[in-house]
Amino acid sequence: MSTVADYVARIEGTCGAESDVIVIFKYEKKDEAIASILKKAQIKNKIAGIIFELNFEGTSFRLYTSGKAIFRGVKNRQELMDFLVKLLL
Amino acid sequence: MDIQAIRRDFPILKRQINGYPLIYFDNAATTQKPNQVIDAVTDFYQNHNGNVHRAVHELSLEATELYEQSREEIAKFINAKEPSELVFVRGTTEAINLVAYSWGLSNLNKGDEVLLSLMEHHANIVPWEITSKIKRFTIKYASVKPDGTLDYEDFESKITNKTKIACLSHVSNVTGIINDVKSVAKIAHDHGVLMLVDGAQSVPHLSVDVQDLGMDFLAFSGHKMLGPTGIGVFYGKEEMLKKMPPFMGGGEMIKEVSYSQGHGQCSISWNDLPWKFEAGTPNISGAIGLAAAVRYLKSLGLDNVLAHEKTLAKYAIECMNECQNVNIYGPSDLTKKLGIIPFGLKGFSSHEAAAAFNEYGIMMRSGFHCAQPLHELFKLESSIRASFYIYNTEAEIDSFIEVIKEFNQI
Repeated sequence: MSTVADYVARIEGTCGAESDVIVIFKYEKKDEAIASILKKAQIKNKIAGIIFELNFEGTSFRLYTSGKAIFRGVKNRQELMDFLVKLLL
Repeated sequence: MDIQAIRRDFPILKRQINGYPLIYFDNAATTQKPNQVIDAVTDFYQNHNGNVHRAVHELSLEATELYEQSREEIAKFINAKEPSELVFVRGTTEAINLVAYSWGLSNLNKGDEVLLSLMEHHANIVPWEITSKIKRFTIKYASVKPDGTLDYEDFESKITNKTKIACLSHVSNVTGIINDVKSVAKIAHDHGVLMLVDGAQSVPHLSVDVQDLGMDFLAFSGHKMLGPTGIGVFYGKEEMLKKMPPFMGGGEMIKEVSYSQGHGQCSISWNDLPWKFEAGTPNISGAIGLAAAVRYLKSLGLDNVLAHEKTLAKYAIECMNECQNVNIYGPSDLTKKLGIIPFGLKGFSSHEAAAAFNEYGIMMRSGFHCAQPLHELFKLESSIRASFYIYNTEAEIDSFIEVIKEFNQI
């Protein structure tokens, strides 16, 4: 059975006041992760052909085709993990 | 300068990122390395590797010779009076910690004051905040004007008869603003105050003469000036270093550790300068690599380096000002700053923007850049920072502007 760890290489907090969290997908699983996310989330906008502005269950985030997703205002790691479980598995 | 010839010296610039040629605009964070530096480090490990000092075998002697030659070359580069005034450390952060712990803990007490500015990198704030909790001295922060320049009047007004040391960045790592450290050092010295300069963003880009500028202490990092990571320089005037106790203890920094003379304890005598401050095996290859970087920069001429960066910054600012989705922070007056441009991109957080530029192979930093107080002062959540160096070109700026225009659809 797959887990979030199968898809995610690293999760990095950022140092700005925006509290962005960057999820970096494993290189060999990024296409699978992106496909799963695009299947489940609603596409609000596609920017310059490389960035998807998405909405899933009321939360907006951005997905980059090189294999990253940036979430804003995530309260804690558990909330993010719950979100990733729904998006990836 | 022949930029195309320079670019050929940097193997990493041949890389592609996400299918695009690498455009490296994160030079204020770290710089790329020319073959001359890579070769110097490789040559050391392939041909001369041995531990420095205190051995008589050939490899140790060669390693010592290369290490101490490097110190001499770098000391000349900043016009230190003596090579013994130059201590090899890991980088700017360690150098400032060395001053805060060695000089600070033995010279600062309750009631004393340390003067910093609000544009400092965290490396020039946190060591002082930590040691102030130990010795209960007071830290004062000089303000920054709305245009990002230092408020010199506020700086001078905060010097009192209790102030012992003033610590200031030569160049802001966020805005690229060049502080007039020579004038500030004179003001400090007129009040009997010591002057520490954070040269992390200045030594790589402009000619720094520690004697002319009147610095008591200078800190800078090798990796921001084409050198390896993990090597940096702490400069201190000889009379200051002589009076300061060691920062870290261990091998190399002692002359003698005697149990027989110590009455149940070890009696210890310190080594001469600069080795008193270099505990343990130093970063030998790093020092050799940094000397190679210094030779490379000297061969270009620092005046040419500075002129090239200013040309690029002028061009970038002009192009960026034509983009409606860009907001440049801080002054655009290039007489006051280096080639560092902090900005915001409409519709993106700084991290989203940096990730978006990365999709096009453009590397830039986002966030607070380790200068949160400055961002708070200007009420900025964070910023993206484009910073240029010797190998960047106007063509790269054109590509950068094209990407900005693509993002204008938000």
